[in-house]
Amino acid sequence: MASPKCDLPQGTLDLLILKTVALGPVHGYAIAQRLQQISCDVVQVPGGSLYPALHRLENRRLLVAEWRQTETGRDAKFYRLTRRGRAHLEAGSASWQRLSETVGLILGMAEEGAQ
Amino acid sequence: MKWLPWLRPDDQEANLERELSFHIEERVADMVRSGVREEDARRRVRLEFGAAEQVKDECREVRPAHWAETSLQDIRYAWRNLRRNPGFAAVAMATLALGIGATTAVFSAVNPILFQPLPYPHAGRLVMVQELGRNGSPRRPTFATFLGLAVNSHSFDAMAVIKPWRPTMVGSAQPERFEGQQVSAGYFRTLGVLPSMGRDFQAPDDQFHGPNVVVLSDRLWRRRFAGDSTIIGKQVRLDDYLFTVIGIMPSSFENVLAPSAELWAPLQYNPSLPTEGREWGHHLRMVGRLRSDVSANQARNELTGILHSLAQTYAKGYECCGGVPNGTAVDRLQDEITRGVKPALLAILGAVVLVLLIVCVNVTNLLVARSARRRSEFALRAALGAGRTRLIRQTLAESLLLTAIGGVLGMAVGELGVRALLALSPFGLPRADAIRVDSSVYAFGLGITSLVGFVVGLVPALQASHSDPHDALRQSSRTTTGGHQVTRRMLVVTEVALALVLLVGAGLLLRSIENLFAIDPGFDSTHLLTMQVQESGRRFNDDSVRARFFTQALEEVRKVPGVTAAAFTSQLPLSGDFAVYNMQLESHRNDNSEGLLQYAVSPAYFDTMKIPLKGGRMLDEGDRAGAPTAVLISESFARRKFPNQTPIGQRVRVGAGVGHADRSWATIVGVVGDVKQTSLTISASDAFYTTMTQWDWVDHAQSLVVRTRGDAAALTPAIRNAIWSVDKDQPIIRIATMDALLARSQAERHFALTLFEVFGIVALILAAVGIYGVLSGSVAERMPEIGVRTALGASRRDILVLILRQGMTLTGIGVVIGLGGAVTASQVIISMLYGVSRFDPVTYFGVIALLAGVSGIACWMPAWRAAKVDPSITLRAG
Repeated sequence: MASPKCDLPQGTLDLLILKTVALGPVHGYAIAQRLQQISCDVVQVPGGSLYPALHRLENRRLLVAEWRQTETGRDAKFYRLTRRGRAHLEAGSASWQRLSETVGLILGMAEEGAQ
Repeated sequence: MKWLPWLRPDDQEANLERELSFHIEERVADMVRSGVREEDARRRVRLEFGAAEQVKDECREVRPAHWAETSLQDIRYAWRNLRRNPGFAAVAMATLALGIGATTAVFSAVNPILFQPLPYPHAGRLVMVQELGRNGSPRRPTFATFLGLAVNSHSFDAMAVIKPWRPTMVGSAQPERFEGQQVSAGYFRTLGVLPSMGRDFQAPDDQFHGPNVVVLSDRLWRRRFAGDSTIIGKQVRLDDYLFTVIGIMPSSFENVLAPSAELWAPLQYNPSLPTEGREWGHHLRMVGRLRSDVSANQARNELTGILHSLAQTYAKGYECCGGVPNGTAVDRLQDEITRGVKPALLAILGAVVLVLLIVCVNVTNLLVARSARRRSEFALRAALGAGRTRLIRQTLAESLLLTAIGGVLGMAVGELGVRALLALSPFGLPRADAIRVDSSVYAFGLGITSLVGFVVGLVPALQASHSDPHDALRQSSRTTTGGHQVTRRMLVVTEVALALVLLVGAGLLLRSIENLFAIDPGFDSTHLLTMQVQESGRRFNDDSVRARFFTQALEEVRKVPGVTAAAFTSQLPLSGDFAVYNMQLESHRNDNSEGLLQYAVSPAYFDTMKIPLKGGRMLDEGDRAGAPTAVLISESFARRKFPNQTPIGQRVRVGAGVGHADRSWATIVGVVGDVKQTSLTISASDAFYTTMTQWDWVDHAQSLVVRTRGDAAALTPAIRNAIWSVDKDQPIIRIATMDALLARSQAERHFALTLFEVFGIVALILAAVGIYGVLSGSVAERMPEIGVRTALGASRRDILVLILRQGMTLTGIGVVIGLGGAVTASQVIISMLYGVSRFDPVTYFGVIALLAGVSGIACWMPAWRAAKVDPSITLRAG
């Protein structure tokens, strides 16, 4: 709880979800858990925004879903990446990479310039 | 909703539910595993996850929603809301049903008469042709004119002339007289409708002394001949003559020129046009079908040219009967037959549109008031993320649902309304048979309903979507409530203004009718029974037999107890009929006075009608066939023609003698008061009277006028039996009291007035309800303020005045705006006004006083409630 939390920039949640799903078919709760674990609690996705986002991605055919049993034998809705989803993820990651490098660069320069 | 599975994808809903609960259960399980107590875990998950319903909503919203699904949701939501407010829903629906029903009913009456083409192929090419008299006023064409035009004109595909024909079929218990028409051979071809059985009239049928043939309407054929399919070629007896049935018209045939006509026979006038014959009588109506490449104007120019040359060829004929024509008039048949009712119908249409507007304003007002009360609900939904469009859509769905139900009820109201309209409709309304609720009326009702739904829903929808959630939720109500109040006040002002326009219209019509009935018709209309007696049969071809029948009939009628006087006349005032003839005055030798109303009467006519004698003597039994012809003239004609001398003893020629130097003179023996013949408003008062036996032509139908001691209508059976005691085969028709004829002569105005009164009262009530509603709402909101005022020493009277002033200000503004509207709108009814200016101050002041009074009453109740406020209670509550 001590670690600072971030608001995700617009559109980033979609990318994070796609990446998580890219690792293999997974249900919504697991996506939320994984995002939290990997980001060391920096990213917390409330169900209130996760599920609408999942449904949106499903509607855009970036994800497909099917009902399967979990290891504990419960029915859950598992999401899987589609080919379109993979392409979208790659394009999205690339542009995010570029953006973050550029932003980092500018922020770093600004620091040097101030000295 | 099982029957509409695609409207509600239950699987999708269930899956959404399962997916979310799986998430929650897993999370709770994880927490429990890490040592949290289960109920704590659940609480924390709920906080973390947010409201499940809202999440679901958001998921639904990203789903590519089926339009039907969301619409159905909106409608369900709207339905629940209406159910929660049954009072509001009922008032709104009833108001809407009234407005939509009234509009639909009026539309269904006006549509076939004014808007739909006549029920004939290429009806736009059908025209009516009239002669213009010397002074340029239209008059009916003669057969001579028709013949000349038909032979020489190239503008028409077909032309025809028609005149009424009322043959009697004798034999059954009571003689039955039919309404029919005598027509020239091309009549049905001109209209473009041919018999469904048998054949149409051909030229040989329409020869002078041609065969007796008849075409029957489908209705008569079924009624009287049981639809006998072998009837063609059979003979029927009409007026003692045998007629061969040659055709049956289709059941769809609508005879707009004489809607009650059920049989048709050829005219069979004499084409050699003898100068004294009926061929020169101005008693025909002429219709023509223009060629597709000829305009009415071109046709008129051509006909006028032909007529001028005809007037030279037949100088003598025209001279004896009505004088040289001045030209022709060619008007669309539809315009011609609807001329009388058009102003009334348009005015009524305008009035009902005003009513509909008021209804819209009223329902909008109700909706705005309600959405003001639901403001916090809207704000909450907006705060929870409901999109603005969704809010607008839901509000619109509600008003549309409301209007749809109102519209369905409205169609029922409309059905009743059509029946009421037909019952009220003026005598002789053209195309009355075509007035019904049909598919075009339903389409109109549907259109109006959806339009109204959008109109009334728009204002509240926009308001709902504009409300700022922060403000509304904090309930710092005053500012936003102010916004609602301003809207509602504007609506009330509109209502008052519209009501004023309607009421002024009703007031002006009322004043006109009052003025009309104050007109002296020239006789005493009370206790006067009238009916038409027709002699029928070959035996009456002998003049003396005819005279004996009428004399005996009069004697029998006079014996009926309760009858004080009785007489016959050839033309009954205000019956719709009249006859116009020329008179040649010896003192004005070269001037044949045109267009005098002509009456052939029995001598007691003047005493019976109580038409006053102004000079000379009345007609008496001595004025009989063989004696020198005695003539009475009307007072205004006497004054005009003999301004400085007495007309008594002046010599004139009338009837067949006009223009014939070899005929003997008749003498003016007396002057009688003017009588209104065609209408109370038309003062064509030139008239002359002779006895029936001294008139040159035979009128087969005579109107009997009977003055009675008590109720005139009650004597009808006794009088009828008295006539039948003389000859049981004589049909008696058109029985009416003179007072009824008087009222009927103003039927169009009366019709318009009745509807304006009804609509005006509805408008007044709606406006009053509007004012009451707004003031009540305002008082409820101002309770704390009123409490403070009272606490600070305002008396009850002060509070009363405060609220009353608020209400009356609205009325005042509405009245001012409405006055402008009324002045403009009164132009529409100007042709129906009589003896009253459309700026008549009495009407305007009266209406303003009425509106002020009614709105005063509407203001009083909320004001009184405010005045009774106990400051200690309201202040504590506030």
